[in-house]
Amino acid sequence: MSTKNYQAGVKEYRETYWMPDYTPADTDLLACFKITAQPGVPREEAAAAVAAESSTGTWTTVWTDLLTDLDYYKGRAYAIEDVPGDDESFYAFIAYPIDLFEEGSVVNVFTSLVGNVFGFKALRHLRLEDIRFPIAYVKTCGGPPHGIQVERDIMNKYGRPLLGCTIKPKLGLSAKNYGRAVYECLRGGLDFTKDDENVNSQPFMRWRQRFDFVMEAIHKSERETGERKGHYLNVTAPTPEEMYKRAEYAKELGSPIIMHDYITGGFCANTGLANWCRDNGVLLHIHRAMHAVLDRHPKHGIHFRVLAKILRLSGGDHLHTGTVVGKLEGDREATLGWIDLLRERYIKEDRSRGIFFDQDWGSMPGVFAVASGGIHVWHMPALVSIFGDDAILQFGGGTLGHPWGNAAGAAANRVALEACVQDRNINGNEDLEKRGGEVLRQAAKSSPELAAAMETWKEIKFEFDTVDKLDVVHR
Amino acid sequence: MSEMQDYASRLSDPQSRKFETFSYLPALDDEAIRKQVEYIVARGWNPAIEHTEPENAFDHYWYMWKLPMFGETDVDTILDESKACHTANPGHHVRMVGYDNYAQSQGTAMVIFRGPITV
Repeated sequence: MSTKNYQAGVKEYRETYWMPDYTPADTDLLACFKITAQPGVPREEAAAAVAAESSTGTWTTVWTDLLTDLDYYKGRAYAIEDVPGDDESFYAFIAYPIDLFEEGSVVNVFTSLVGNVFGFKALRHLRLEDIRFPIAYVKTCGGPPHGIQVERDIMNKYGRPLLGCTIKPKLGLSAKNYGRAVYECLRGGLDFTKDDENVNSQPFMRWRQRFDFVMEAIHKSERETGERKGHYLNVTAPTPEEMYKRAEYAKELGSPIIMHDYITGGFCANTGLANWCRDNGVLLHIHRAMHAVLDRHPKHGIHFRVLAKILRLSGGDHLHTGTVVGKLEGDREATLGWIDLLRERYIKEDRSRGIFFDQDWGSMPGVFAVASGGIHVWHMPALVSIFGDDAILQFGGGTLGHPWGNAAGAAANRVALEACVQDRNINGNEDLEKRGGEVLRQAAKSSPELAAAMETWKEIKFEFDTVDKLDVVHR
Repeated sequence: MSEMQDYASRLSDPQSRKFETFSYLPALDDEAIRKQVEYIVARGWNPAIEHTEPENAFDHYWYMWKLPMFGETDVDTILDESKACHTANPGHHVRMVGYDNYAQSQGTAMVIFRGPITV
């Protein structure tokens, strides 16, 4: 029987929540935060404060603390580490007992771990770098509705990355003209086309007409090419009711795949839609609008590897990951790290890739990595080399911007992709990027479409430095 | 810049039909097929051969030629089987498959003999 007495007042957090001798349990959720405390706040106190505010604590003791077993439920800050090359911030490792979280609820995990604590005054910045989800918790989540292998079987795509394209201009096309752009891409050799994330159901193109015309484009291009095709019909909507209504209609039309924006749409909606997709045999493509608001600042927010893990738990068959080589932000090693977190079954801690914990996904299916944004045929060797087969390479401008139109642009990308895969299978992945130019030139001899694409995009490069780099070297 | 060309693909033109991986490249010659079979073997995948009438190529299930060659690593043996299938079914597409039993899926699949397409 506990003999604690109630004493009102403010206690230092570290008295309760800093436990350097604690050995995390296999069932604990583990989190790594990068903390930048206000001047004068000791590291242990700041780490303990984060543990407290993201679990059981509040700023003062309350008598009802004594009605429960706080020692069982509290989060524990158990380790502190320097951030390489950074004197003002440090890493704090916190262990949370699994019973703090509702089963199968990434919503609940985030509400605790990235809730009030991020506004905590004693901290200048706070960034959630990584979470280790115990396999016991993973098993409570639905995860990807289908996963990589099932999607390959449904779509009959083996031994290569898949090819996609986002239809542009992103806003303003009528449904019939939009369907035309889809048809041209698919008949030219793409596997998928995609609604831009901004395309929901605006006055210029309501969702229902878009779905109808796009499905005709899919059916015709399938008959024409003899290959299986799809278009990510975006069902992201103002309300869950509306989202499900659109998803039901997509299914009714026989669409193999739909799409959702999991951050702007919300994790609750996403998890529900993923469950619906599993029940209804519809693949689910996930876009990540708003992620850069959360993940780009190196000292504050949520690292994308956490958002990627959250998506794998919440459910999605594809997730945008950045391209490494295109127009959008993405450090190469870090990107490789979260690609592994999406696709593999067991990922070892690897600080050179920004991975702070071993992660065991058990039998949870993998998610296709989607590389999209500012890429064109000249990037193909690098993309195949970096991403491997379990990826979807999406060329928007790099398809639609072809001088002879979408079908020729699609064919150019398909020829380039297959030529790179063929060469990789023969000569290995190692120097594919170096051999790439010659591989493409050779392939272009039998593909005037590819030759024209190579001529068009020869000089375009995106070589700005990455803003958020991994903290692996002292600089 | 090269002069604009039409992308000639038609429902009415059987030559417009494709069949997934490597079907946008010129047909693989014997040496190119050998290299891809070497890749299947090097990955530790189980080779298998399937075939179909070109008009039924869209189906998920093609005709299986005997059984997958579990554990077969001799490239010539695998190529001989594919040729035997082709000889017995000269009008058919013949597909080389590499079964990846860890992924529980096909690691790769490619058509290595293209039958005459008439529909």
